[in-house]
Amino acid sequence: MRSLHRTIDRATLRDIALVCAADALVGASFGAIATAGGLPAWLPIALSLLVFAGGAQFAALGVVLAGGSALAAVATGLVLNARLLLFGFALSDVVGGRWTRYLGAHLIMDEALAFTLRRRDPAGRRAVFRLCGLALFACWNLAVAAGALAGRSLHSTDALGLDAAFPAVLLALIFPALAAPAVRKAAALGAAAAVAAAPFLPAGLPVLLAPLALLLFRPARTEAAR
Amino acid sequence: MTLLAVLALAAGTYAFRVAGPLLAGRVTVPPRAERLLTAATAVLLAALVATSALLEGHAFAGWARPAGVAVAAALAWRCAPFPAIVLAAAATTALLRLAGVP
Repeated sequence: MRSLHRTIDRATLRDIALVCAADALVGASFGAIATAGGLPAWLPIALSLLVFAGGAQFAALGVVLAGGSALAAVATGLVLNARLLLFGFALSDVVGGRWTRYLGAHLIMDEALAFTLRRRDPAGRRAVFRLCGLALFACWNLAVAAGALAGRSLHSTDALGLDAAFPAVLLALIFPALAAPAVRKAAALGAAAAVAAAPFLPAGLPVLLAPLALLLFRPARTEAAR
Repeated sequence: MTLLAVLALAAGTYAFRVAGPLLAGRVTVPPRAERLLTAATAVLLAALVATSALLEGHAFAGWARPAGVAVAAALAWRCAPFPAIVLAAAATTALLRLAGVP
């Protein structure tokens, strides 16, 4: 712990704790929404342990609860997680050694990337990635399990407003990316088209087709490179 | 959703994650592909926000949920901390439902 305090400053520790708290709230809602929706408790717990990607988990759950097929759920989750491929390249120096990288890779996610990229020194980068990744893995999975068990006694999570928590988190995550005008226009068009098409297409498909809006609004060279 | 679907999603996700650390140094991602993937993810997530805020299945979800998400958008725009955004969205929706808004 002493070496941890030397390499990671107090402000970073506080920020990581804040994000852990927020993700725990979201994780608990994920578990509760899944079991209150009639799914067995092992499903949200297994998804969280094995997939460990909030956006993809919620997207897959949304497709399943809306009556979509398992194939559409997997496809939606995989499209969302394709970004992890880029994160892996950006974080390749901190993920681990020859063997530990196979475990470290599982901790690659939005929050860990954001925190690690703020550091320049190799030791600090490795320490921040490890701490953020492990802390979030623990918080997320414990919260999902707690939510899944609590959700079984709830007939509906609607009274708690938990169904608004998920879009709120996604919105907070994509807000910085929407600063680029082309991305913002494509996002507005894609979102409008997805809502308009939702009554007519199988669940999950409208969202998968939304990125086609980028054919009309291409991100310029300087944009979208966060 | 079956165990097989969970495992398929998990395997695909792990492949995305582990490819970078294994291939870094031998392969570089062209900046154009990187820009496009970043933008595509943002657009897909925006569509997910819109459909999950407005719809329940194939029909309108009622006003309480989009109102909560609108409060979240306002707070995100003001750079509020993450937990505040999430709690405010859930609280707004819960209070509106308590007041009888569907």
